[in-house]
Amino acid sequence: MIREGLLNTLLMLGLLAVPLIAQAMGEPFVITLATKVAILALAGVGLNVALGLGGMVSLGHAAFFGIGGYAMGILAAPVQAYEPLMTWPIEVPGTKSMPVIWAAAMAAGALAALAIGALSLRTAGVYFIMITLAFGQMLFYFAISWPAYGGEDGLSIYVRNGFPGLNTLDPIQFFALAFGLLALALLFAHLLARSRFGLALQGARQNPARVAALGIRPYTLRLTAFVISGAITALAGALFADLNRFVSPAMLSWQTSGEIMVFVILGGVGRLFGPVAGAALFILLEHWLGGVSDYWKLFLGLILLAIVLFARGGMIGALAGRQVAHD
Amino acid sequence: MSALLLIEQALNGLQYGVMLFVMAAGLTLVFGVMGLINLAHGSLYMVGAFACAAVAAATGSFWLGLAASLAAAAAAGALVELTVIRRLYARDHLDQVLATFALILVFSEGTRWLFGSFPLYLDIPAGLSGPVTLPGGLDYPLYRLVLIGIGLAIAGGLFWLIGHTRLGIRIRAGEADREMIAALGVDISRLYTAVFALGAALAGLAGALVGALQSVQVGMGEPVLILAFVVIVIGGIGSIKGAFVGALLVGMTDTLGRFLLPAAFGHIMDPSSATSVGAALASMLIYILMAGVLVVRPGGLYGRA
Amino acid sequence: MAGFKTLAAGLCALALATAAQAEPLKVGMITTLSGGGASLGIDTRDGFMLAVKQAGNPDLEVVIEDDQRKPDIAVQLADKMIQSEKVDVLTGIVWSNLAMAVVPAATAQGKFYLSTNAAPSALAGKGCNPNYFSVSYQNDNLHEAAGAYAAKAGISKAFIMAPNYPAGQDSLAGFKRFYEGEVVGEVYTQLGQTDYAGEIAQIRASGADGVFIFLPGGMGISFVKQYADSGVGLPLIGPAFSFEQSIIQAMGDAALGVLNGANWSPDLGNDANQTFVTSFQEEYGRLPSVYASYGYDTANLLLSAMGKADVKDADAFRAALKEADFASVRGDFAFGPTNHPVQDLYVREVVRMGDILTNRIVGTAMEDRGNAYEGECEM
Repeated sequence: MIREGLLNTLLMLGLLAVPLIAQAMGEPFVITLATKVAILALAGVGLNVALGLGGMVSLGHAAFFGIGGYAMGILAAPVQAYEPLMTWPIEVPGTKSMPVIWAAAMAAGALAALAIGALSLRTAGVYFIMITLAFGQMLFYFAISWPAYGGEDGLSIYVRNGFPGLNTLDPIQFFALAFGLLALALLFAHLLARSRFGLALQGARQNPARVAALGIRPYTLRLTAFVISGAITALAGALFADLNRFVSPAMLSWQTSGEIMVFVILGGVGRLFGPVAGAALFILLEHWLGGVSDYWKLFLGLILLAIVLFARGGMIGALAGRQVAHD
Repeated sequence: MSALLLIEQALNGLQYGVMLFVMAAGLTLVFGVMGLINLAHGSLYMVGAFACAAVAAATGSFWLGLAASLAAAAAAGALVELTVIRRLYARDHLDQVLATFALILVFSEGTRWLFGSFPLYLDIPAGLSGPVTLPGGLDYPLYRLVLIGIGLAIAGGLFWLIGHTRLGIRIRAGEADREMIAALGVDISRLYTAVFALGAALAGLAGALVGALQSVQVGMGEPVLILAFVVIVIGGIGSIKGAFVGALLVGMTDTLGRFLLPAAFGHIMDPSSATSVGAALASMLIYILMAGVLVVRPGGLYGRA
Repeated sequence: MAGFKTLAAGLCALALATAAQAEPLKVGMITTLSGGGASLGIDTRDGFMLAVKQAGNPDLEVVIEDDQRKPDIAVQLADKMIQSEKVDVLTGIVWSNLAMAVVPAATAQGKFYLSTNAAPSALAGKGCNPNYFSVSYQNDNLHEAAGAYAAKAGISKAFIMAPNYPAGQDSLAGFKRFYEGEVVGEVYTQLGQTDYAGEIAQIRASGADGVFIFLPGGMGISFVKQYADSGVGLPLIGPAFSFEQSIIQAMGDAALGVLNGANWSPDLGNDANQTFVTSFQEEYGRLPSVYASYGYDTANLLLSAMGKADVKDADAFRAALKEADFASVRGDFAFGPTNHPVQDLYVREVVRMGDILTNRIVGTAMEDRGNAYEGECEM
């Protein structure tokens, strides 16, 4: 436990230190990479609420990630075209304000998670994996063929959205925002796991019958967790779209779902800081191997394989020396 | 809309469905017997297609290529089972998803390394090319009829294998109670390797047969993989009968949906938005079907869950 | 590492400054080198690098990165090249959706973007920019060529088909713009679709006397094989990218006789093209594709502008690019008011030459064709 705590502290300090050093050395792209790690880790923290706490293996979290991204695009794109967001029944202007966009993204993600979760949670096990995948694919194909928001071309904004008091175009300030939100989400996930709700949820994962006997419906618990999870992942999606100043159906593809899941598993399922470690490792590998060979995905695959087979409990598990997460 | 066109579309749906079945059968067997989710099943489909294209190009014979596809996919399947998959049986679904996701990367980039980035050439064997005229005056490609025949024969063969052979008895026993058949002295690890190689060979065969109609290229397995998962989930995982019914349902729904929906929307809106809205809805149709089936029957049509 | 490279480049530049007066220029190429669409990016890169090698200009430095055909990766690579590598010019993107993600932001930061392929309508009209040059075409051009020629090829009732995404919708609009016959069927297919039995049945039942398709990559290979096997046998016409060098080999004899609208062909008779085709074959052991030809032209355009102006003086460099003073493999080449080429469009036919399939020009579809969206551009 102590070792894991130390490891987590080092991890967060490292993620904070890298961009600061990069800033001092004049390497803004490294800051962008660190921002990407923070945002993808945030998406993983969202998934981990469903996966780690609730035991819900969702292969459709790209749906919420993409919905968050599109919330950014749909709200911000009209502003640069000097057009209102909608004119009927009342005229609503678009917005370039990050807090408003974040609230909208989380609300949209939560709503989608409520609808998808309400139907999907009737199933369990592999069926749950597959039905969440199906809902993700539905949204993916819808986004590609629906012309209003750019279809496969996606939506692009020229200037990053604003946050009161910050210059978000400056890479280090945007990193600070992403890092701050990640830290908040981690704190929230920590408190959630320790709350009555969190304990009941973990109980429902380990022994549904016993929780039901206490008069709590596991279905309601799981659905609530799924909605929270969707909202956090949608927030990450809105940030990711802002990082790229661009959103497209690629954010909704099943490979994205797979990658978010890879971050969580790489770091260690059910470990609070697992997604941070996983996302950092994944981006490092992608960046480093990409420079080594055109066939770098082959090596990425082999490394992932080795980690699953030989480092059970993910990176944090392997480094902290305890194979099973504490639950 | 003529009856002839409707019949032709139904045949297309049937042909698509039986090929999906050949692909999905291995996936459902592996899940039923070993409890394993194998995302790399699509890669074995690709291996089959590449082996067939390479051997057909070297020897000039499609049939040798077909044999090679069976052999290569079965060998690749057995190799993967022995080195990676067998370490995953005792793990949860999460580890299986991650490991087989990694295998997709290895297979795809490995194939690109060996064969390059350009699509390969593979054509229908000369004797089977071109259309034949069916009773009623419908011109239909002979090769697609042959595919329907092969698919149905494989389905029949699998039902016989599962229902009437010693291997089939073991497979069914393995699905029902793993410890018990091990206790009865069946070499469980050899059984697992055999089942995995069988599923791989079927996927490879499907890849080669369909590859002659399509483009043989890296990444060709992934869309089919998702469809195969849709099929086995609709049918109920582990059930060969379910996979058969699910495959035909998906094949028919997809083919007829793409054809009928834009026409249906044409009655209520102008033609160009009708084609675009109809096409958008058609591309979501099988996922809507799957979600609908699962909401009503959470274990699929023939599942036990 | 990147810091070290910049330092080394700086030292080189210093050493060379005494020999030649030209200022160094750094170009960043973002293209698809891995995954399913890699063959297009590899051709683009090889064509570009062939011209760079032939020119032997030590002041030109090229950085190449793989976008994996993912828009978010392309955006991050563009950020990296602009922020860390300090490139002056970006180029190389194959796909329209990636171009839409990268180009507006890059030009907004004052960088030049030279397109080796994708030139979506959004960047040709409302989103045009003085720093954005399309060396290849405007996306609609090759569809327009097919449409303008279809009636001449005896297609009076056309069945037209494309995937349901923006480039597909643009393509059908482009075909219809100059098509003089009647459109008897219009179908949108799913992106990435591999089985076209349903659509072929509709073609058979439609009463059409010709078919126009825009199905890039593997989709086109699947369709053409299945179409040939169906015995429908109506003439087929499309844009060149559906019938490119690397793709027709995989279609085999099924592709023979297919017509395609193009702005380049390996058999174009001008000297620059003959040199290009021969030296490309010597260098890489295969015939070049249109993507390779666009890459080659783009590099030569860039080199010509480097000889006239310093990239640090943006106005002068822009004017130098606009002059297009280089020997294009397409023969006559000029930029129109929106920085899109004004060029002749041809129709090619797929033919067999010895062991391999290739394209041969059968006629001219349109002369001096420019950009259809010119009116929407305020530049």
